[in-house]
Amino acid sequence: MSSNRHVVIIGNGIAGITCARQLRKLDDSVRITVISGESKYFFSRTALMYVFMGHMKFEHTQPYENWFWEKNRIELKEEWVKSIDFSTNNLLFQSGENMSYDDLVIATGSKPNKFGWPGEDLQGVQGLYSKQDLELMEENTREVQRAVIVGGGLIGIEMAEMLAYKKIPVTFLVRESGFWSNILPKEESELVGRHIREHHIDLRLNEELEEIISDPNARVKAIRTKSGEEIQCQFVGLTAGVTPSIDFLRNTDLEVNRGVKIDFGFRTNIPHAYAIGDCAEFHEAPATDRKQVEQVWYTGRMHGETLGYILSGNKVTYKPGIWFNSAKFLDIEYQTYGTVPAKWDTENVKSFYWEHADGKVAFRMLMDLEGKILGVNNFGFRLRHEFFDQAIKEKWEGSKMISKLDKANFDPEFFAPYYIEVQKAFKSQFGGEFKVSKKTFIQKLFGANV
Amino acid sequence: MKVIQSLGILLFLIGLTIFTVMPFLGNYTLSQELVLANTKEIHQEKMAEILKPMYGETYATNFSFISAFNENFSAYNDALKDESKWDEVIWDDYSFPLAQSSLSSPVRDNPWLFFGLSIGLAVLGGLMYNLPKHQDEPAGVKNNGIFHSSMKNRGWMGMITGAYLILFYIILYWFPAYIVNQVWMVTPLSMILSGNPASQWFLYGTIYTLAIIVMGVRMFRKYKGNKYQQLRTASVMFFQTAFAFLIPEILVLLNQPYFDFKNIWPLDYDFFYDYQIATFLSSGGVGMFMLIWGILLIVIGVPTFTYFFGKRWYCSWVCGCGGLAETVGDPYRQLSDKSLKAWKYERVIVHSVLVLAVVMTALTIANYFSGFALLGNATNQLHSFYGFAIGSVFAGVVGTGFYPFMGNRVWCRFGCPLAAYLGLVQRFKSRFRITTNGGQCISCGNCSTHCEMGIDVRWYAQRGQEIVRASCVGCGVCSSVCPRGVLKLENGLTENRINEMPIIIGNDSIKINA
Repeated sequence: MSSNRHVVIIGNGIAGITCARQLRKLDDSVRITVISGESKYFFSRTALMYVFMGHMKFEHTQPYENWFWEKNRIELKEEWVKSIDFSTNNLLFQSGENMSYDDLVIATGSKPNKFGWPGEDLQGVQGLYSKQDLELMEENTREVQRAVIVGGGLIGIEMAEMLAYKKIPVTFLVRESGFWSNILPKEESELVGRHIREHHIDLRLNEELEEIISDPNARVKAIRTKSGEEIQCQFVGLTAGVTPSIDFLRNTDLEVNRGVKIDFGFRTNIPHAYAIGDCAEFHEAPATDRKQVEQVWYTGRMHGETLGYILSGNKVTYKPGIWFNSAKFLDIEYQTYGTVPAKWDTENVKSFYWEHADGKVAFRMLMDLEGKILGVNNFGFRLRHEFFDQAIKEKWEGSKMISKLDKANFDPEFFAPYYIEVQKAFKSQFGGEFKVSKKTFIQKLFGANV
Repeated sequence: MKVIQSLGILLFLIGLTIFTVMPFLGNYTLSQELVLANTKEIHQEKMAEILKPMYGETYATNFSFISAFNENFSAYNDALKDESKWDEVIWDDYSFPLAQSSLSSPVRDNPWLFFGLSIGLAVLGGLMYNLPKHQDEPAGVKNNGIFHSSMKNRGWMGMITGAYLILFYIILYWFPAYIVNQVWMVTPLSMILSGNPASQWFLYGTIYTLAIIVMGVRMFRKYKGNKYQQLRTASVMFFQTAFAFLIPEILVLLNQPYFDFKNIWPLDYDFFYDYQIATFLSSGGVGMFMLIWGILLIVIGVPTFTYFFGKRWYCSWVCGCGGLAETVGDPYRQLSDKSLKAWKYERVIVHSVLVLAVVMTALTIANYFSGFALLGNATNQLHSFYGFAIGSVFAGVVGTGFYPFMGNRVWCRFGCPLAAYLGLVQRFKSRFRITTNGGQCISCGNCSTHCEMGIDVRWYAQRGQEIVRASCVGCGVCSSVCPRGVLKLENGLTENRINEMPIIIGNDSIKINA
């Protein structure tokens, strides 16, 4: 590779930054520039809610100190890209400045969905994705008696928690019959729903937004639901998913659909132009249980890792491993490993589900007809990623995995050993030749009880 | 519930106010009898003469009494110093015992009443505030609003609290004559426990222990549903109350040496001082047991326990300084500096203190065995320097007074020589680490923000690396505040304890073990 090659990355989210770091690790000489108009320094988008709630300050969301970039010769450019001339390898910034590149990485992330609701652009109506959204939300929630959130996904529940911190009563409209029910099976969705209500959040299932009503100053004063109810509110959170943020790339030579179209080497239809992260759309899904547009922190990071290798001259393609994800719903942590869709074909898939009597801790495992593990969901307790990565990859029998569940436990010491209850429940439902784990002496003496 | 908590705050503030105004109560009258009763035999005659102008005079405030004392006393000493008659200078400070014995005040007359009105009300108020906390909330992380709080984010309340603590420590260490009222107040309690009158150190121990208990209750509420946090809080409460406070006093009652069985050299820096050794050796079997116990803790206890459990077995489960930091200091944990620069300073400073403590102790022991032929009184100078700079200024004034400015572990992180020793074992020969859960980290920064030792936990977690750091005290809060279940404090195999992977698991594009 020529030593004065210039790799320019648009977007300093997890995908773009991981790519830059990985490339620098593998190639000492390449010139790397990362462009972002949102924030000069990389920050963790997923942590914005904690800034709002006073758990952290904004600078705490920045995973690297400011000197890190200069030390690693990653140039930061705080600018918005206006357009790209792919024929001359040139970027035009909103300020009027130019920048040329040898390789271009598009990692511009997402923006909140808006579905053309009447009143969606009123003051006090917003999504939550960027640093600017956070600042706007702080501004918008100064004097609010009631808020409405539209869309029952991860950002929606984050926003509900944020508003609850400010003691603002929240009505949470969810179109489906359960919270996040396009991802979570019924029981898990109900578990989260109960917990949302435990936090005094007014969760309305099977309810949709009809219109947002303005006061004389173009500010929201109420919303009307599809069922005709009018709810007075001074804030509306639009959290019905996100969509690739590529408006400035439409109507160019670049092939786009929902996102920028790419192959498994992250190559677009234009040479020397790549796309990664939320804004990229694979020609075909990378695996049967995956989507063409992968909008998760972890996938963004993997795209960045892989493209870093590719740009440093390694011949690799994107091969994601066993799926995993996590989230936190108010106080309840959730992890998933492997494939657990919201619904499955009961003819071909066996499900094992255990839920604690308090309704806040749960475990699900799906198996194929031979009893081999397909995936797990766990709520309210922690499980070890490496364990499931191996168990699912090696297609362990469900009973084998359950018998070793004590090894998979990742809860802190002295926590209640839920894995013992899971083992007992599995044994009584599915049988199996294994010994249920026993509490250690110390656990008996000091540990929490299930 | 709100009413009880508000009332609690009010009672706490009343108790604190009464405690604070107490030094201004009463008056002071000195007599020759008192001087004779409170000075060493060799100084009695001189002191009785020096202070003669004060006899019979009633001083309305501690300020006027102490200034009169200083005037007379300095006049005598300064004259000798000017003539370089160093042998005749009186180096002992008699201001405390003389102020104490000269005092007549309502506090001295009604110590229990004032104990109840100050410490009692503050404790009651603290409990009334803490016990109902988080009552109507589900168990979970309770960090809402800490960076919007004036108390917890270096606002005016934090500044005032820090200033008050610093002032308290300065008076306690160097001007105890001003707080003889408070010492009288705890004297009856001291009589019950040890059969001896109280010193300012007994006063300090009493407040210290009660503060750990009241704020320990706060920890139980804040971390309800988190058994690790609850157990270690209960543990520091127990060790402070029993080992640091009650047992040493009861030993004195039984005519044994005052001894804290959980305090370990070099934190317990005077363990090998000649007068300590002399005490141990002159106290029969019990004294000998204390000496051997103390040495065994240093050479066997620390390495063994730290090998199996990490330094947390001491720092966040047993230690008194740790006990205060983990309870009273918990609201300030997020103020520690996480920068790489701070880490560099930390390593230089804390290991320097360790070297200083070791050198000082080695010289002391060598000097002792050479019958003081080696260095004569030079080790005493070294002791007073260490006692002042490290024992008092660093551990006390900075260590606790700076909670609201630099977090609750300033001493433990930058100054404690025992922490440095434990840390070396933890870093190089231990089964302890904080495990990162594969690729689940989202770099949010809660772990780093709430690390009291200023460890940038996220730096490791986001690379899928285990966290192995000398300074980690194993408080477990990073694991508690992690929203994605990424961190777990574990004791395990020592192989691959320090790992570096090219990428994080979950991405099969690149072979991890290529």
